[in-house]
Amino acid sequence: MKLHLRVWRQKSKESGGHFETYEAEGLNPNMSFLEMLDVVNDRLTQEGKEPIAFDHDCREGICGSCAMAINGEPHGPNKGATTCQVYLRSFKDGETLTVEPWRAKAFPVLKDLVTDRSAFDRIIQAGGFVSVNTGQAPDANAMPIGKEEAEKAFDAAHCIGCGACVAACRNGSAMLFAAAKVSHLGLLPQGQPERAERVRKMVEAMDAAGFGNCSNQYACEAVCPKEISADWIARMNRDYALSLAQKL
Amino acid sequence: MKLDPRIPDGPLAQKWTKFKSSVRLVSPANKRKYEVIVVGTGLAGASAAASLAELGYRVKSFCFQDSPRRAHSIAAQGGINAAKNYQNDGDSVRRLFQDTIKGGDFRAREANVHRLAEVSVNIIDQCVAQGVPFAREYGGMLANRSFGGAQVSRTFYARGATGQQLLLGAYQALSRQIGLGRVRMHPRHEMLDLVVDQGRAQGIITRNLVTGELRAHEADAVLLCTGGYGNAYYLSTYARGSNATAIWRAHRRGALFSNPCFTQIHPTCIPVSGDYQSKLTLMSESLRNDGRCWVPKAQEDRRPAAQIPEGERDYFLERMYPSYGNLAPRDIASRAAKRVCDEGRGVGSSGLGVYLDFSEAIGRLGESTVRERYANLFAMYHEITGESAYEAPMRIFPAVHYTMGGLWVDYHLMSNVPGLFVLGEANFSDHGANRLGASALMQGLADGYFVLPYTLGDYLAQHKPGGAKKASETEAFWEATEAVQARTKKLLGIRGGKPVSDFHRRLGKILWDHCGMSRTRKGLEQGIDAIRGLRKEFWEDVNVPGSGEDLNQSLEKAGRVADFLELGELMCRDALERDESCGCHFREEHQTPDGECARRDKEFSHVSAWEYQGEGKAEVRHAEPLAFEEVQLATRSYK
Repeated sequence: MKLHLRVWRQKSKESGGHFETYEAEGLNPNMSFLEMLDVVNDRLTQEGKEPIAFDHDCREGICGSCAMAINGEPHGPNKGATTCQVYLRSFKDGETLTVEPWRAKAFPVLKDLVTDRSAFDRIIQAGGFVSVNTGQAPDANAMPIGKEEAEKAFDAAHCIGCGACVAACRNGSAMLFAAAKVSHLGLLPQGQPERAERVRKMVEAMDAAGFGNCSNQYACEAVCPKEISADWIARMNRDYALSLAQKL
Repeated sequence: MKLDPRIPDGPLAQKWTKFKSSVRLVSPANKRKYEVIVVGTGLAGASAAASLAELGYRVKSFCFQDSPRRAHSIAAQGGINAAKNYQNDGDSVRRLFQDTIKGGDFRAREANVHRLAEVSVNIIDQCVAQGVPFAREYGGMLANRSFGGAQVSRTFYARGATGQQLLLGAYQALSRQIGLGRVRMHPRHEMLDLVVDQGRAQGIITRNLVTGELRAHEADAVLLCTGGYGNAYYLSTYARGSNATAIWRAHRRGALFSNPCFTQIHPTCIPVSGDYQSKLTLMSESLRNDGRCWVPKAQEDRRPAAQIPEGERDYFLERMYPSYGNLAPRDIASRAAKRVCDEGRGVGSSGLGVYLDFSEAIGRLGESTVRERYANLFAMYHEITGESAYEAPMRIFPAVHYTMGGLWVDYHLMSNVPGLFVLGEANFSDHGANRLGASALMQGLADGYFVLPYTLGDYLAQHKPGGAKKASETEAFWEATEAVQARTKKLLGIRGGKPVSDFHRRLGKILWDHCGMSRTRKGLEQGIDAIRGLRKEFWEDVNVPGSGEDLNQSLEKAGRVADFLELGELMCRDALERDESCGCHFREEHQTPDGECARRDKEFSHVSAWEYQGEGKAEVRHAEPLAFEEVQLATRSYK
């Protein structure tokens, strides 16, 4: 099969960018989308041109590195999948695909499809943890946790920090990302002592990084490769309001 | 060269306790005067960096990914072992120790493995306290599952994403220290050289992967937590960026490389589907709790699985290893799969595959229970193959997954270069010739949380704080920086006819064919010749476009593949010199009548440790003898 690609090329953070078109031919529908980019890149190299830069690593949907929008959709057309888990059988032979980096104020483009997502790390650094030093822990079974609670906490904790939620949001909001971590720790007994402080600090860090607000469109939930529920946002808002009330 | 493993005296079960209570300590006021570099942010690196910063050391952490949370530990699926005996099924520290030594086919150091089993229980406590959402029973207690090579249930898990949850726990602990200003984090930085001055590791040279800037960083000690080198095979379950550059550069600066030929080939991965393929995907070993491996009894039986009646199926692992069945260790299960495929009984279009069948489990437990246990794995399988494992059996085949070999370390996890410590998969230490499932996560976190914080203090206490000279003032740093610059320039200057991936793919094929699941003297000799030829061709004909002054992924790959081209030869040489079969290392010349590994304990009950001699010169092989005092050397049997 073959595909027509329109790919965003940008030399550096400071420079402007533009779309370039490439023809990808002789493709196999069982190839992954990133393997198709590998083939295009090898050809560009052979032609003496610079290959397309893009983040990728595990190629099995868990590291959260790959980050590109295909035809405007973060991670492409498949529900509950990252870009690296998209296979060419999802597209029609001869289709035109527009490939872009995440577009968000808080995620500046570094080169081509590579963006700087360190703002997510700063949100976690502000409070997304339990303050327990190595060696301080009691026996693991000393604190029973209901099976359903543990499962719910896992659902929230499964976030891979890819940033698709931000890219999909018209406001460039990181609410789903932050809410997933706030809820993961807030659902568990271990997370209770710092619950109020955590949500406050994480929301402050989120605002400081330039992420926008949530206006309840739920585009984030729709594109999340781990299908993290937007319900966590409501939970975070509740926790945040409570923490402000406690501060009074 | 005499290798001193510095194992403490006394009975095995008391060595670690005794060690901890007698090591030298650094006072709290002095800790902040020491600077420690930690390269890599996987389970070993993140846990070490966080724990050291908590203790008060000044830490600099580096990773090549854009965030420390993306290190490849994140992809570990099945679980983490610990001798908690929460199931009351007879587990103990002693039994985990024995299983690990036996699983490694008696090629690991007893004292290290016993310590690993001891601290395994603390790891689970620590992770739960951090908020890791392990699977639970309805009563609220932690759940366990079984893994290969054990007859007890000691594996803790978080669905099929245990590595992710453990790494996020360590990443959160690390993030806390970054937020507090005690760790300075350098993402998108790659270590390109180690600086050794006056016989000690004093720092590293890094390249900023966004700007291309080279920088020297000095420290009182350097920790390499940079993972394994399985990507030498090109196709593997590793992340695409996983590489050997940090440990290989350290090797070239004098650190010995141990057992490079011990590479784990995991039995349950999704088979290769085409030449364009960039990676292989693991299907967790936990699936073998409920999945049954089979192939048709007849050769070239091309009927769909559903049309092959029960009586015409060969459940080969259950037949060959009745007491462990589908939970035979990885090396054994992989060779068995290879054997039935070599006999012409493999399934799928390539004939390189066996079935992993859940129909019996679905009948016994119901589809919803199977879904609860393995949903994300079944979903991954569906995404890649377009097939549903609820309806038809999975097709699986062995793939490169882990490397037991790595830099040589002593009991303190210090290499032969003073001040250079190596943790996790990057060292050779605990798994012998075959790692058991769910033991990699255990080792990474044991090293970082519970071993290194003690042993590093012992080293630093012997050196004055602030002993590392300013990078700009020493010749060793200048020399190392210039060497990196020269190499970068050389790679960019070739402008040959082939992309890096072409060389990497060819190297992988050579290693898979000659240094894979089955090895022979002749094959290894051919492999070495082929790699030398390929390496020569690489330096004449590789095409690395772009410049060194900005984000250049071709350049990153080229440097890593250049190192694999050297390491690959050493892997073959190690396999050639180890003239026996043990664990993953199966030399066809040495097998029992029923095709199992035949060890030669008298000649090879030791760890190989290779010493670099300079460009193009043959490396020198040293050996650290292994003494087995507590476990009796026996022929490993899972029958």
